[in-house]
Amino acid sequence: MTSTLDTVAEKPTPPSRPTRRLGDDLRSRDHVARIVLHVVLLGGLVVMVGPFIWMALSSFKPEAEIRADPPTFFPQDATTASYDVLLNRLDFPTYFTNSVVVAVLTTLGNLLFCSAAGYALAKLDFPGKKALFLVVLGTIMVPSVVTMVPLFVLSSNLGVVNSLAGLILPFLAQAFGVFLMRQFIVSIPNDLIEAARIDGASELRIYWQIILPLCRPALATLGILTFLASWNNFLWPLVAATTEDKYTLPVALALYAIGQNQTRYDLLLAGSVVIVLPVLIVFLVLQRHFVRGIATTGLK
Amino acid sequence: MNRARSQGSGTLGRALTGWGFALPFTVLFLVFTAGPVVASLLMSLTDLGSADLLDPLGVNVVGLDNYLRLFDDPKFLIAATNTAIFVVVGVPLTMVLALLVALGLNSGLVKFRALFRVGYYLPVVTSIVAISVVWRFILQPDSGLLNTALGWFGIEGPNWLQTKSTALPTLIVMCAWRNLGFGMVIFLAGLQAIPKELYEAATIDGARKWAQLRFLTVPMLRPTMLFVAVITTIGYVQFFEEPFVMTRGGPLDSTLSLAYHTYNQFGFGNYGYASAMGYVLFIVVVLLSIAWFRLLRNNVD
Repeated sequence: MTSTLDTVAEKPTPPSRPTRRLGDDLRSRDHVARIVLHVVLLGGLVVMVGPFIWMALSSFKPEAEIRADPPTFFPQDATTASYDVLLNRLDFPTYFTNSVVVAVLTTLGNLLFCSAAGYALAKLDFPGKKALFLVVLGTIMVPSVVTMVPLFVLSSNLGVVNSLAGLILPFLAQAFGVFLMRQFIVSIPNDLIEAARIDGASELRIYWQIILPLCRPALATLGILTFLASWNNFLWPLVAATTEDKYTLPVALALYAIGQNQTRYDLLLAGSVVIVLPVLIVFLVLQRHFVRGIATTGLK
Repeated sequence: MNRARSQGSGTLGRALTGWGFALPFTVLFLVFTAGPVVASLLMSLTDLGSADLLDPLGVNVVGLDNYLRLFDDPKFLIAATNTAIFVVVGVPLTMVLALLVALGLNSGLVKFRALFRVGYYLPVVTSIVAISVVWRFILQPDSGLLNTALGWFGIEGPNWLQTKSTALPTLIVMCAWRNLGFGMVIFLAGLQAIPKELYEAATIDGARKWAQLRFLTVPMLRPTMLFVAVITTIGYVQFFEEPFVMTRGGPLDSTLSLAYHTYNQFGFGNYGYASAMGYVLFIVVVLLSIAWFRLLRNNVD
């Protein structure tokens, strides 16, 4: 008894000085770690974001200043000449419009087709369902160079080479989208759907008025990812758009960058800004949604 | 009988409804994705070329000739080697950087986590073409930002993109820079999914930080690592935009990638040959994914 009491009594009052020193030690070690970590991460942040800031600033420099040695960081003699040329002398408004049309239609198509097929795969019974899902899964990993050649042959047979339709059609229904939507819709309780059926709602109405509203987070993720992928897509537009009036922004910029004739450096940077800026704005506005959506996609 | 009929129409009705929803997707998907995957395999067994688009009867079946020809194509061998180096060095580098940033941000010591997260993720959402253009300027030998900065420390930087020994490593680092944000976001989500109690238990058991990382965090992150590894590998095997915009595959083919070589062969009109090369790329993706599964599946239990 006494011994137990003793130990109990002993515990709350350990020798006080060493403890305090240990605590101080830990605290100051934490403090150092905190500072080091912030310095390293801040350095990393400069490396990650710096090129974009430099790009944006340099697009307002006259061409001679971009070539200057040593280079300047802030424009010494700011001008919008490069944007002027992009807008008025080059066809950038056309490329921009092409990019927007292709990305918007591709995104809308995927939202509609993938959510409908995702609903069918998740909640409806029909022959061939398993086979369809397996084929979809099987193509998720297919590299785009694999389908490039047959797609080109197919497009030329359909007569859609060098048209915006030809840039959109191959990406209108993508495996990843169906997979994402199916995984999300599976988690919607069946009771909700059954209750609606008992109330006499048609499947179309269930899809439109129950499933789609509940899918908003998944649709947002799919919409953002599809739009981005389409906006930045390069290989297929490079192959399928053969005349300038059908170029998308990345194709136009890349071909201008490697062009034989004298390349104007200021135009390259301004062109990069035009490609990056819309995506940047969308990203910053939706970033919370974005990161969360991508993370949950990854974990499923 | 009545019941049987109503059941029959019920099944038929359900089948029709199901396919009604799935059909638009299925048709587009079969025509523009699944069909071409099969067609590409068939084309790779023929001598299909651009001239045959007008005269489909001129196509001959050549069996595995296209695949055998690959081994006699010095450019293919160079491209395969470059791609292998790119993947073998680039994927682990990207993953380690992503994991380090995620661990740092997840340590509870960092303020403004959201700011860091957005900043590190930024390059992921931007066009590779635009990024390549910007980096081409930064890497300029004389007036580029990088060599100027190195000059402050008395280091004379090389002509990064036009020197045979530095071109590919430069592209690898640039790709790690662009893609680490993706891994970071996924790793952060994975880290937050590890129950806090496990760390408390480990601390009580006297496990130090390093031991916790080695025996708790890393094993618990395995599924997340697998996902990041597979996605990053699939992307890296296909690398194309960076050499296309920055080096045109040079100098001396030192940055020619498999995808780039395939694109060139397609451009020359060698459709059958390009298809064969595309399929090799596909097989490599599948094999590497299997390898990652083997390496990272939970062999704890």
